Amino acid sequence: MAGYIVRRVLQAIPVLLGTTFLIYFMVFAMPGDPIVALFGDKTPPPQVIEALRERYHLDQPFIVQYFIFLGNIFRGDLGVSFSGQPVSEVLASTFPVTLRLAALAIFFEMVAGITVGLISGLRKGGIFDASALVVSLILISLPIFVVAFVAQYIFGIQLGWFRTTVGIGAPMQDLILPALVLATISFAQISRLTRASVIDTEGQDFVRTAASKGLSRNRIVPVHILRNSLIPVVTYLAVDFGTLMVGATVTEGIFNVPGVGRTLYQAIIRGEGPTVVAFVTVMVLIYLVVNLLVDLLYAVLDPRIRYAK
Amino acid sequence: MKIKRIGVAAIALAAAGALTLSGCTSGAPSSTEGAGSSTAIITTNGSEPQNPLIPTNTNETGGSKITESIFAGLVYYDVDGAPHNDVAESIETDDSQTYTIKIKPDQKFTNGEPVDANSFVDAWNYGAALDNAQLNSYFFEGIEGFSYDENVPELPGLEVVDDTTFTVTLAQPESDFPLRLGYTAFKPLPASAFDDLEAFGENPVGNGPYMLDGEGAWKHNEKIDLVVNPDYDGPLKAVNGGLSIIFYATQEASYADLQGGNLDVLDQIPAGALSTYQSEFEGRSVNQAFSGIQTFTVPERLPHFSGEEGKLRLAALSKAIDREEITDVIFEGTRSPAHDFTAPTLDGYSEDIPGTEVLEFDPEGAAELWAEADAISPWSGSFQIGYNADGGHGPWVDAVANQLKNNLGIDASGAPYPTFAEFRTAITDRTIQTAFRTGWQADYPALYNFLGPIYGTGAGSNDGDYSNPEVDSLLDEGLAETDLDAANEKFQQVQEILFQDLPAIPLWYYNVNGAWSELVDNVQYGWNSVPLYYQVTKSE
Repeated sequence: MAGYIVRRVLQAIPVLLGTTFLIYFMVFAMPGDPIVALFGDKTPPPQVIEALRERYHLDQPFIVQYFIFLGNIFRGDLGVSFSGQPVSEVLASTFPVTLRLAALAIFFEMVAGITVGLISGLRKGGIFDASALVVSLILISLPIFVVAFVAQYIFGIQLGWFRTTVGIGAPMQDLILPALVLATISFAQISRLTRASVIDTEGQDFVRTAASKGLSRNRIVPVHILRNSLIPVVTYLAVDFGTLMVGATVTEGIFNVPGVGRTLYQAIIRGEGPTVVAFVTVMVLIYLVVNLLVDLLYAVLDPRIRYAK
Repeated sequence: MKIKRIGVAAIALAAAGALTLSGCTSGAPSSTEGAGSSTAIITTNGSEPQNPLIPTNTNETGGSKITESIFAGLVYYDVDGAPHNDVAESIETDDSQTYTIKIKPDQKFTNGEPVDANSFVDAWNYGAALDNAQLNSYFFEGIEGFSYDENVPELPGLEVVDDTTFTVTLAQPESDFPLRLGYTAFKPLPASAFDDLEAFGENPVGNGPYMLDGEGAWKHNEKIDLVVNPDYDGPLKAVNGGLSIIFYATQEASYADLQGGNLDVLDQIPAGALSTYQSEFEGRSVNQAFSGIQTFTVPERLPHFSGEEGKLRLAALSKAIDREEITDVIFEGTRSPAHDFTAPTLDGYSEDIPGTEVLEFDPEGAAELWAEADAISPWSGSFQIGYNADGGHGPWVDAVANQLKNNLGIDASGAPYPTFAEFRTAITDRTIQTAFRTGWQADYPALYNFLGPIYGTGAGSNDGDYSNPEVDSLLDEGLAETDLDAANEKFQQVQEILFQDLPAIPLWYYNVNGAWSELVDNVQYGWNSVPLYYQVTKSE
């Protein structure tokens, strides 16, 4: 097991190097000069542009810029945003917020999705199953910004149950509404996935054996059916967690969550290379870690899977 | 068993949700005082400053909203844009070239350092020096000794006479120099700022009506808290307890917060709410012109747009656009059709300058002019207007293109660039091969600011490379006048020529659209669209 983990971590190093290089190249190749954009509709004198380019090393060829960046990273210096804040500080203030938002959303979609999926699967073809299908289809087909705006309008402005946007410091109670919005989309996926998996497992021999052994339904369902149905669901949850960590831009914008998606979007618009690269690097790291954890979780869920050696 | 546990968790969650409901409706930070409390904090919208908070390096609204509040300049602008002395005691000149500036005695920065002549001269020298690459450096280019080619650490044109007096010598007369002095770039800095300007930009120390609420008041990407500066005793003395500027990434989020009662004063309305916000916030909203104009520029270097043919075609384009209809339909009446090249809030503005008819909608006249131009050289190809797709310009560019198509019978369309940076780069390095949208928001309230920097030969923002010696000499004459009215007369003569040449085609003036909550009173929006925060009162 330990050997397996070490191997996976070592594998992550070239992946990380490769992605930073790619991302750096893409930011560099982005058309348009961020320095010119700093001046709005006004045109700055060329000498001032030159001086600013020099300051941000933008006058160097790409490969030199990349190695300056890489060298700084090894010294623990991720660079400085245009507003003078160290990128490491930006990371430290935004990632915990998004992490909490993602965790909350995962929690909501897991609880709701697995419950609904399990019931639907056990009572296949019933009224509950049919209505769950309809609801899932509606949720899957709604774009997230529609859900977000409607939820914000009804629960935030009309009913006043939640704060319309996330307050300073992103307290947990403010994150509930955006997390519910994020959860709606994946809830549908998870409930469908669980349902199919439960139906599949229920028809397996070992379930029939357990039933004929005289085990009660209360034991068969959680231990034999649910546990064995969860493998595809866990994979999906892990992928979804990765997506939530990087892709909540729209929801974070609508609810003004000071998290990764909103900050990264602004950095891209402003052409702040160091911020973009640092953020994406950390995202890749998270993705790698989450995937490793999922693989380890398989072994826990299904004893037949072993990472021996 | 697991299922039951999940059920318990769901119930616990619902209970937790119910608990938060009672806790989250209290809304904005509150004060305990009665009506018009002098300790109440006004919450308002802003955006994360793009640069450290140093006045000479702050040129966008997110940062300048803060620097304007924490620094007091020599002059300030009232709600109509008229300049009045703030820190300055007097600003005198005989020839519009040498200015003697006296500042009020015994002024202090919030760290106790004195505000004296050196505070201004040192700050300006820093802002002007090439090596410091300050975004606002071009504001100092008129001062004697300024150079873009070599680093000048101390401008010979700035001279400290005594503690409260300094002189400014310009390279040539500029009558509107005193008008500029309220702009962010001209604010003073304490001597201690120069020890470590980067640290200073994170925790700036000023002399304005507000100051930072302690070290680290700037919570990046979230908000900045300002409290009243008790030492400030100028004309902008605040009647509230402070300002909390919340950074929003989208206009929609800030509007939702106003609707939800979490925000007091808003100075932007998202496009989707433009048609409804005035009725939703009846008596608590604003829709008024401010100092900004939208235009589009057809560079002379494009085929068919030079010489006599070009003039005919430009006039035809201008007359073929129904500005009234677009401002009504696309902008819901939140823009005002343009009648000149400047803005209606400015001193000396007139909507009856000879030649302004070319901005009136006249489809027949337009078609005739276009036909005349065709007689010189037949039109070929299509007419395109470039714009940045990330700024919400698509709808109006398409509308303009459609009107050109219908009224001139030519193929016209918008040419979007994905990002602002890409768009501006194509304009700056002159690789753009179409017409393009241009706009101007005043740095300081003066006609010259809308003319000199854009239409003077070789001027910084002359993106269309327009050049007309007559315009240049009239601009110089206007600047050399010592009397502002006489100067404005010259500038209006410049506009008469511009109406003939149309180096840019004026479309409409920007409006400020804003609204405020029931808790606040006395909300006014300034000439530059920024609310006059110091006079807002808030009750609880």
